[in-house]
Amino acid sequence: MKLRIIHSLIITFWFMLLCFPLVVLKIDYLEKSIRFRWINLFLTGLCVFFISLLWRYFLSRRRKYFLRLPEHFFDLHQSRLIRSKPFLFIFSLVFLSLPLILPNYHTSILITAMIYVVLGLGLNIVVGLAGLLDLGYAAFFAIGGYSFALLNHYFGFGFWASLPIAASLACLGGVLLGIPVLRLRGDYLAIVTLGFGEIIRLILENWEAFTKGPSGIPDLPKPGLFGIQLDFYSSTIYLYYLLILCMLAAILVTKRLSYSKTGRAWVALREDEIAAQSMGIDTTKTKLTAFGIGAFWAGIVGAFFASKNSFVDPSSFTFHESAIILSIVVLGGMGSILGVILATMILVLLPEYLRFLESYRMLIFGAIMVIMMVFRPEGLVKSVRQQYDFKNLK
Amino acid sequence: MDLYFLELFFSGLTRGGIYTLIALGYTMVYGIIGLINFAHGEIYMIAAFIGLTFAGIFSILQFSLISILLIAVFFAMLFSAAYGYTIEKTAYKPLRQASRLAPLISAIGMSIFLREYVILAQTPDFLAFPMLFGDLELPEFMMDFIQPTETIIILVSFFLVGILLLFIKHTKTGKAMRAISQDREMAMLLGVNSDKIISFTFMVGSLLAAFGAILISAHIGQINYNIGFIIGIKAFTAAVLGGIGSIPGAALGGLTLGLIESFATGYISSDYEDVFAFGILVLILIFKPAGFLGKKEHKKV
Repeated sequence: MKLRIIHSLIITFWFMLLCFPLVVLKIDYLEKSIRFRWINLFLTGLCVFFISLLWRYFLSRRRKYFLRLPEHFFDLHQSRLIRSKPFLFIFSLVFLSLPLILPNYHTSILITAMIYVVLGLGLNIVVGLAGLLDLGYAAFFAIGGYSFALLNHYFGFGFWASLPIAASLACLGGVLLGIPVLRLRGDYLAIVTLGFGEIIRLILENWEAFTKGPSGIPDLPKPGLFGIQLDFYSSTIYLYYLLILCMLAAILVTKRLSYSKTGRAWVALREDEIAAQSMGIDTTKTKLTAFGIGAFWAGIVGAFFASKNSFVDPSSFTFHESAIILSIVVLGGMGSILGVILATMILVLLPEYLRFLESYRMLIFGAIMVIMMVFRPEGLVKSVRQQYDFKNLK
Repeated sequence: MDLYFLELFFSGLTRGGIYTLIALGYTMVYGIIGLINFAHGEIYMIAAFIGLTFAGIFSILQFSLISILLIAVFFAMLFSAAYGYTIEKTAYKPLRQASRLAPLISAIGMSIFLREYVILAQTPDFLAFPMLFGDLELPEFMMDFIQPTETIIILVSFFLVGILLLFIKHTKTGKAMRAISQDREMAMLLGVNSDKIISFTFMVGSLLAAFGAILISAHIGQINYNIGFIIGIKAFTAAVLGGIGSIPGAALGGLTLGLIESFATGYISSDYEDVFAFGILVLILIFKPAGFLGKKEHKKV
């Protein structure tokens, strides 16, 4: 114990040294003066000391507390509670009645969260199942959002008329990106998709005559409901239910797909491309379907996103966005649907509800990403492969 | 050759030099542990801030311009190496055994953390960076197409790449680095302390980035918390372009990228500067998937 404290003190000292020039000193060039903010150093030191104590304590017991836990605790797929009918019933009842109880602000946050769930599920197909690292996924999200916005702006299309077009354009974008990068492997694929994402965003930003540039496209309509006029409050609730449907559809499709021939081909491709090829899997087709279907979902929720904000601009589709979506997939546990939902709760709802911490919110967010990865690198929920139970087959 | 061409050429070389200095950090780390270190751009940014702080202190103390420059570079290198070391120890080292994506996410988290840290500790606004090079004079005929600061950046970055190449080739540590990048387990069996070498690689990468940060900040004259992001992505692009893991490749990729950008902005349009960079990257990788100097990976079945 004593040794541990001494060790933490050394670490604290080291971090205080590191932080010194940025945290304590503040130079004012105009007045030629230096402000010393010693109190900051003291606070940083205090934080670092306690965090390092906890960090080192848990890191040495990581195996016991975090890595072995899944069998009993995190393995939610097998959990009786989650599978039991009364639980599901109550859960869905609560979930469905939330927008009626909560104020509009929270409904709107939940809508955002569901958008991210669908995005996570879409990217999960590409990264989690097919093992193709995509760092530019926000591009397809952007294609969806902008398709709707532009169709509405130039041709007066409504939401429902634009939705299939937005989804198919995003899907097409996915396939078009997929064709040239088929030969690339691993990290080269990552950087090309990153480049692709940036290209799409930069085009949206700079082609002012067509996309209105950085100022974005305002006044987008909410989805219509058989011509009934909805006020702002009820249209948000309507959107909430639409997104529940969309999310359920995404979950169902992903789940069925992952058990299908295509889904198993994806997993085979992820595990070993050459072996998959020699077993007769058409890698071109399999990769392209993964890109296409992944992008398809991004296109759909892109339109929802634009409609929810009634506004799109390129700054919503930066690399940061792609990184967050990828984090959702990895943090949730690659290939796991439940994991995506849980990770979205953490990565999307946490920053929203940490707003009272104001400027510390994103700092904590970044730290949480690191901490989660250090302590549970395989993600929250371990994805379970379907297993055939030979004993009960007969 | 007209002057405009030369002007673009040298400004391209300048950019390329800076990209190279940062790309070296990416490529060395990737070569050794196969990690895309997304926090590397933020180290560059932090180095610029630390350089600014120390330049501020010593300019208030009325030191001469050249000594301020040297002091700023020294402290920026010292601290960024320390930051690089600490980041590796906290965010990547516990993840050595994990899957490949886990350290990547950890790196993204670290990069968000560092940006916010600088915003909180210093400022979210642009800060003026002193012109530390002062009034350098070049021969009359050169002043038409090249700025004095540009010559310094180009020369320094070429010099540093040369030193690094010699270091990797001829010293024992360099040899150990190459050994680890070829086969880490085997190198460890033969008595190479892999943790030490990995930390060392992070430190070398960080101090090269710090060098680049001070040079370019003194050239452009302003910094903010966001400067690390786009330049980090582009430097990574340069590393991939040249073949990731290869040090001459990083230099080649950096220079190519810098020149392409410079000519494209000069002759075509400045709005699409970054589009050209990424477009070229995509094109080159399609035709040469391992980059210019990358080794083609042969997969054994």
